[in-house]
Amino acid sequence: MSGSRLAIVGHRLLQAVPSIIGIIVVTFLLTRALPGDPAAYFAGPAANEESIAQIRAQLGLDKSLPEQFWVYVVDLVDGDLGTSLTTGQEVTDDILRRLPASLELTLAALIFSIGVALPLGIMAALRENSWIDHLCRVVVTAGVSLPTFFTGLFLLYIFYYLLGLAPAPLGRLNILYLSPEPVTGLYTIDALIAGDFDTFWASFTQLILPSITLGLFSLAPIARMTRAAMLQVLGGEFVRTARAAGLSRRTVVITYALRNAILPVITTLGMVFSFMLGANVLVEKVFAWPGIGSYAIEALIASDYAAVQGFVLTMAILFVILNLFIDIIYTLVDPRVGIDS
Amino acid sequence: MKRRDFVKGAGGAALGASALSFLKVLPAEAAGKDGTAVVVIGDTINSLDIHRSGTSRPSYQVAVNCYDRLVAFDTKTLADGSLSYDYSKVRPELAESWTVAPDGMSITFKLKPNAKFQDGTQVTADDVKWSLDRAVSVGGFPTVQMKAGSLEKPEQFVVVDKLTFRIDLLRKSKLTIPDLAVPVPFVINSTLAKKHATEKDPWAREYLHRNIAGSGAYKVARWNPGQQLVYERNDNWVGGKLPGVKRVIVREVPSLSTRRALIERGDIHMSYQIPGKDAKEIKAGGKAKVIGTPVENAINVLGVNFKFEPFKDPKVRQAIAFAVPYEEIFQTAAYGRGVRMWGGKSMTPETPVWPQPFPYTTDYDKAKDLLSQTAFKDGFKVPISINMGLADWQEPTALLLQESLAKIGIETNIEKIPGAGYRTAALVEKRLALHIDTFGGWLNYPCYYFFWAYMKGHLFNSSNYDNPAVDQLVNESLHMETTNPEYAKKVMKMFEYAWADLPRIALWQPVLEVAHKEELEGYEYHFHRVLDARKFSLKT
Repeated sequence: MSGSRLAIVGHRLLQAVPSIIGIIVVTFLLTRALPGDPAAYFAGPAANEESIAQIRAQLGLDKSLPEQFWVYVVDLVDGDLGTSLTTGQEVTDDILRRLPASLELTLAALIFSIGVALPLGIMAALRENSWIDHLCRVVVTAGVSLPTFFTGLFLLYIFYYLLGLAPAPLGRLNILYLSPEPVTGLYTIDALIAGDFDTFWASFTQLILPSITLGLFSLAPIARMTRAAMLQVLGGEFVRTARAAGLSRRTVVITYALRNAILPVITTLGMVFSFMLGANVLVEKVFAWPGIGSYAIEALIASDYAAVQGFVLTMAILFVILNLFIDIIYTLVDPRVGIDS
Repeated sequence: MKRRDFVKGAGGAALGASALSFLKVLPAEAAGKDGTAVVVIGDTINSLDIHRSGTSRPSYQVAVNCYDRLVAFDTKTLADGSLSYDYSKVRPELAESWTVAPDGMSITFKLKPNAKFQDGTQVTADDVKWSLDRAVSVGGFPTVQMKAGSLEKPEQFVVVDKLTFRIDLLRKSKLTIPDLAVPVPFVINSTLAKKHATEKDPWAREYLHRNIAGSGAYKVARWNPGQQLVYERNDNWVGGKLPGVKRVIVREVPSLSTRRALIERGDIHMSYQIPGKDAKEIKAGGKAKVIGTPVENAINVLGVNFKFEPFKDPKVRQAIAFAVPYEEIFQTAAYGRGVRMWGGKSMTPETPVWPQPFPYTTDYDKAKDLLSQTAFKDGFKVPISINMGLADWQEPTALLLQESLAKIGIETNIEKIPGAGYRTAALVEKRLALHIDTFGGWLNYPCYYFFWAYMKGHLFNSSNYDNPAVDQLVNESLHMETTNPEYAKKVMKMFEYAWADLPRIALWQPVLEVAHKEELEGYEYHFHRVLDARKFSLKT
């Protein structure tokens, strides 16, 4: 990146700091405002009042709220997100372990989604109100209206239980294989880097059903947005000129129309990505995928403050970085758009 | 800076994995002695140390499989051919023999001279003392459990010599020896643990949380929290016959439907702890075998809180007992799998067996008649509280109760409380008027059950039951030997009170069900209800 871009990125990151601080304070207060007592949960099966009070002191929950907040912030500066009560591990370890799993799933789902929704949206726009437009409508409506756990279980039932085509839904990797040397944390990429095609194929096949399940859900926004944007662009003067000038169909649609229509689609992609990352709990549960969504839900149910706060903070930072990334892509796609005024 | 170890992607290396001695591709096809068994569970193991505060119940299996105790319960075969622990017989595990002193106030154990920890060092009496001291000192559930066997102070544990260990008793109790066989008093390699102890952490909590320092049948080859635990056989185990499989992989799969699909397709060897519905259907479908073992000393009950005004009148409580649709609940909530706990013949028991059917049946006329004799003949309103974590059987039960109680004029609404909150509300605050609950005592004696669930102020007495006569009976019988003729008399008197006073109305005795593939043998049921893989073997 050029020097000015770097400066702009740095500037943007700095701008995000107040929001992050706000998020830290709000999550802290919200988790403690929730009903549910972590001390009671973790004091265990034979806990009486004494044991619960003991655990509460151990967890530091008997201190006043400002005191607890101070302890939390001091640890945070140190890079310590606390210890999760549900998993018994450090929250940082948990998140660093589970985030790549969710990222891999979400990226795969997104690739599937784009691969289906983009062409569908383009064709629907090109042949407005034809059978393909209606097909597009039906497919995306079905995808978004069926709940993910239903689609997941249904696909499992057909492709695993009845047909035996899909591998056993035991998580990211079949028990026969060891996970590849971690480089990015994404098993498929790491396996390729290590040149291990067996493990690559194993982790890839485990990924197919869950990513399709998740991807079906995001077909709707992407397809509809593509269709709408394309329709608008295709109605423009310059497209008429291009056609009249005799440019090939392909050049008109892809090079000229799509490139101009892609901006709103990219925004949608960004929103869809961040939504899928955090809200894929049900898919993770059905396919035993050790992702960050189910981690957060477990923590929430158990009033596991450190884990919930760590999760929200991570997602907030991720979101900031994602937005920045999208803004940079804008400038690459459309030279008229500058990152900042 | 262990937190910064991002590069340990799967976390295996940082979490106590001994040298990964197996191939990159596990020979899962291999059956017989070198086979690998795959088990799925629905919950998560969050620690390797049962003494740690916050250790979840499913994690207790690690203490069972990877550590040994001085003694263990023997095994018996049930009517359906399945294996179960035998609460009446205790056999040697790390101790090769033991003798009770002539005055009965101490027990001396002789350790097996060939007992070795998994790192090759010998098991000595010092290790036993350190471990038992730890169990009674860490507080929380482990210490409470030790207390049940009158094991309360480190002073009671004495090292006589390298292979001889003595426990001095505070009182003679039939519960002491069985309490040494429960998962809690496991023997830790104290030399290894002390190397990792610090001033702030004298019991090596941090180390034992993620590492095994034991002598048990299995080592932990790999622990990926939230995903799986891999056990690998310890070929130098002296606590019993060596397991018949080389490796057991315990995989965490949260979705019930997925677990069922896996076992029915035969891609796993065992689905541990399945609900009644699945048990019934899988058994009928024939794709996998199902073993259901009634949980000893446990009953699913309807708790009737004495603090709630209408429930202070015994006739109201009895009216409710006659208005419960027992059979319907049993068929709907339990899918007919369990042991019926109603329909007893008389208000005085004939045997000291617990649990046994309560002398009540569904009789709406009798219920209405009883209620009309009270100040509440026009009915009243009361919430029925259920534990959302156990909604699969509690919700249908509550709905059926709601319908039935309405027939005698008691209006109810169902209050759903999330798991952790339920325990606090029901057991600590004891504020739930009508609630559905379950309790199972680890030590299979009626006096033990009554100690926890019927004594004033005790934890599992969620009904605020306060009967000095029962308290006295429990105190007298708790440590008494069952062979004492007085024991049966006292225990049956307790049953009489339970049936007349009704702080807990028995619904049914639950069953622990597992589904397994034909090839897997050696499942053994235990009171602690967690997986014991030590007798597993795979048929060739």
